[in-house]
Amino acid sequence: MTFAAPASAPTSATAAAPVSATPGVWPRLDRVLMSAGAWMLGLLWIAPLLYAAWTAFHPSAYETRFDLLAPLSLENFPLAWKQAPFARYFLNTVILVTSILSVQLVVGTLAAFAFARLRFAGRGILFGLVLVQMMVMPDILLVENYRTMRMLGLVDTIAAIGLPYMASGFGIFLLRQTFMTIPRELDEAARIEGVSLLGLIWRVYVPLAKPTYLAFGLVSVSAHWNDFIWPLIVTNSVSSRPLTVGLSIFASPDSGVQWSVINAATLMTSAPLLIGFLLFQRQFVQSFMRAGIK
Amino acid sequence: MKFTSLSKMIGGAAVLAATAATPALAVDLQFYFPVAVGGSAAQTIESLTKTYEAAHPDVHIKPVYTGSYTETVAKAITAARGGNPPQLAVIGAAEMFNLIDENIVVPFDGYVSKQEAKAWFGGFYPAFMANSQAFGKTWGIPFQRSTPVMYWNKDAFKKAGLDPNQPPKTWGELVTDAQKLTVRNADGKVTQWGVRIPTAGFPYWLYQGLAIPAGVTLASKDGTQVNFDSPAAVKAAQFMLDLTTRYKVMEPGTLDWGTTPKAFFTGNAAIIWTTTGNLTNITKNAPFPFGVGFLPADKHFGAPTGGGNWYLFKKSTAEQKQAAVKFVQWMTAPTQAAKWTMATGYVAPRPADWDTPALKAYVKKVPGALVAREQLKYAGPELTVYQNARVTQILNNALEAIMSGQKQPAPALKQAQAQADAVLRPYQQ
Amino acid sequence: MRRETLHAWLLLLPAAVLLASFTHIPAIETVVNSFFSTARGMRPSHFVGLGNYRNLIADPTFWQAMRNNLLYAAITIPLSMGIALAMALLVRGRIGGRGFLRMAFFTPTVLPLIAVANIWIFFYTPGFGLLNQIGALFGLPNMNFLGQGATALYAVAAVSVWKEAGFFMIFYLAALQTIPPSLIEAARLEGASSWHVFRRVTLPLIMPTTLFISVNAVINAFRLVDQVFVMTQGGPDNASTLLFYYIYQVGFQFWDTAYAATLTVVMLAILVAIAIGQFFLLDRKVHYR
Repeated sequence: MTFAAPASAPTSATAAAPVSATPGVWPRLDRVLMSAGAWMLGLLWIAPLLYAAWTAFHPSAYETRFDLLAPLSLENFPLAWKQAPFARYFLNTVILVTSILSVQLVVGTLAAFAFARLRFAGRGILFGLVLVQMMVMPDILLVENYRTMRMLGLVDTIAAIGLPYMASGFGIFLLRQTFMTIPRELDEAARIEGVSLLGLIWRVYVPLAKPTYLAFGLVSVSAHWNDFIWPLIVTNSVSSRPLTVGLSIFASPDSGVQWSVINAATLMTSAPLLIGFLLFQRQFVQSFMRAGIK
Repeated sequence: MKFTSLSKMIGGAAVLAATAATPALAVDLQFYFPVAVGGSAAQTIESLTKTYEAAHPDVHIKPVYTGSYTETVAKAITAARGGNPPQLAVIGAAEMFNLIDENIVVPFDGYVSKQEAKAWFGGFYPAFMANSQAFGKTWGIPFQRSTPVMYWNKDAFKKAGLDPNQPPKTWGELVTDAQKLTVRNADGKVTQWGVRIPTAGFPYWLYQGLAIPAGVTLASKDGTQVNFDSPAAVKAAQFMLDLTTRYKVMEPGTLDWGTTPKAFFTGNAAIIWTTTGNLTNITKNAPFPFGVGFLPADKHFGAPTGGGNWYLFKKSTAEQKQAAVKFVQWMTAPTQAAKWTMATGYVAPRPADWDTPALKAYVKKVPGALVAREQLKYAGPELTVYQNARVTQILNNALEAIMSGQKQPAPALKQAQAQADAVLRPYQQ
Repeated sequence: MRRETLHAWLLLLPAAVLLASFTHIPAIETVVNSFFSTARGMRPSHFVGLGNYRNLIADPTFWQAMRNNLLYAAITIPLSMGIALAMALLVRGRIGGRGFLRMAFFTPTVLPLIAVANIWIFFYTPGFGLLNQIGALFGLPNMNFLGQGATALYAVAAVSVWKEAGFFMIFYLAALQTIPPSLIEAARLEGASSWHVFRRVTLPLIMPTTLFISVNAVINAFRLVDQVFVMTQGGPDNASTLLFYYIYQVGFQFWDTAYAATLTVVMLAILVAIAIGQFFLLDRKVHYR
């Protein structure tokens, strides 16, 4: 099996050229249909965001009525902002996500290198155990992990949310696959120069595995940005609650869903990422592509 | 100040230290609270707490907002099992046996004198104390208590040729009025439903607004028996189902709780049943005149109580417990209760609260607030048993199965009874 | 000890400690706990043998959750992956509003599901909900999507397809760009139809990405239950209950930790079986290099 980035070098050079530069092969009608389909799909996918924007910028009376002449209103934003410490929640999530990812990358790189390049007793079994963790995510072991956090005295801390995920079987697996495609001659060359083992990893392996880091980074950030159940259980207070938990307890009053305020909160907290993507979308997707990640 | 012998033994020394009250020896308290009624409630709790702290520099109190009732009880039990519970929490009154069974709460009796206890506990409406006391002790102090009431759209009543000031008073009237209020367009599609009783998620609560009038209290006083398959319980479920399939005056399928006020505002439903805790929200957002009334009667009027009580947690120092009880006494005193009721719409839980000038003035402005109080005369406790979440879920499943057309009322409730019996058997000895 | 072995162990140490503490040991503990009863208040936990498993076999909610979860996986995995690929094919080349479309497809990745679920509630609401407002324009009957046993699970599944497809698209987009256009043109010059090119050239070349995505899709089909929390709480009558939601409910609402452990063991067994199947079956089809 291989997940690895293609070793054939020319692909990355040609990848920049638009593939669709083959007009005439697609008949015109096809193109029109494709465009229409793409736009239908696009509208469908962005509908929740459009609706969020509609309700957030209108008085709550227009939550379920779509009237082009509806008066605009900005009052939902301060209302939401006042009702819950979203800035703090946002900060907690950022700290959580970045600390998980950075530890995952370091721990994963070291382990992946050992599995890819070193021979030692028990390698097969240990790698099997890593693979198990790809499927058996710590999420599922809520009860036991809660007990562990309690023992460590970490309940209600950001560390407690992140700790179970700091070593990722998936990350180790992906990096190992990538490292295995790196020609061994590079090792030899570096060793002859007297580079230490860690130096070798840092100078040779890490730079060549950039695409894998990027792909894994996206999976990791997205997973933990959205993670809900484990943080819900293990946090109790504003100082450790991530956005998801903050938003959920904000949105669950008995008196009914108030979309305008909830959506204002959702927009405020997602805006940084959305705007970031909008501004850097081209660079983001292209660096992703040029790297030729799988 | 007098103390019972118990607290004297444990806390004598600490209390002495506390009465010497230097801020350096300040007591730290933390309490969890759910907010069932929107954002301003959380702010009211926080501002009340700050007021108290300002007057009592020897106490530091940290309110922690913990989401819905379900989430709050989950947090509190998780924290208690983890050895780190708050000193106080506002948790659903129905969780009383559950918390006792978990062995994580203590009754309030030990921390006030006998006389004080009598005056304090005795001052609340009996309907609220029904699921706050067990084994001769008081485990919960009513705070954000509620009861379901009926809201009706007066404009819709007028349009349907009904007297906007005469809401349906019996099940029969509910059906005939709702039939007039159900509006269909040319294609036969309903544009306005006569009535909406939300039945998704936790239908057991509003269902008791039918079961209690039909003459059944769903649980025994000691929390070990349920009566899900009694004839009155089946009758109530059948009526709820009939509103959708037989009389066709309510949207079929289960109906979401959270979207119900919106259904009312948009004219999708002319009559809704929801908590009195929604009064402030509806007053603010309904674009038409509306009325607030009792749930209609079958054998008699009736409704469940609901909402949260203050609970005192076991794992804290005697000093903390003492300070916590004082704080609860203050929070539930008439002046504060009045503020709380006005901010949220919760029912002030003591007759004395209603005598405050503030509430008297409020009632003049919002007469709907009185309805819940009057209905308390007929109210019964909501389902309160051991393993409450599990037993409640069994009933919820049965009711959802009935409302979504999967099962008939009698067999569904019979099955629910058997399941609940199996869960409660260990507690019945 | 050989130097290489020592190095290997040192490099593996942090990962081994973390993985063992939060996955392997808890997994074993879970299995052990499933043979004990839940401690309640004054009654301590005691050994019950296979008692919890007997309860499990007799528990209709468990079987319902299993059936639901399998159906849910069977819907969401292929659909989200298929749509992701379609999206990637659509926005890889020149198309009007490409930037907008990419962002549209990307939105689910940044909007937390827990918050967006409220928006979906509005879409699904009977009467004044968005879908019913649109349906009414076309004279469609009113639907109570979340309130009927027949539709609730599909409504929930649709939300996760929305969530997942946009995310997976990014990976397909990247994979498609690595296919040398010369390969495709060569195939076309030989007179192959677009479909043929897609099947014989594109699809095999992106197989590693498909495997990568499928691992994620399978995990999420069992792990991602946030929308169930907000939208249906598993209802009506467990029609939309998924296994992991049920585990949460039993463990953290009913406080029956032993039974929650038993359910978790079943889930572990399923996931390990899938893992083995995925690696040994799919492996053969993956394009080797």
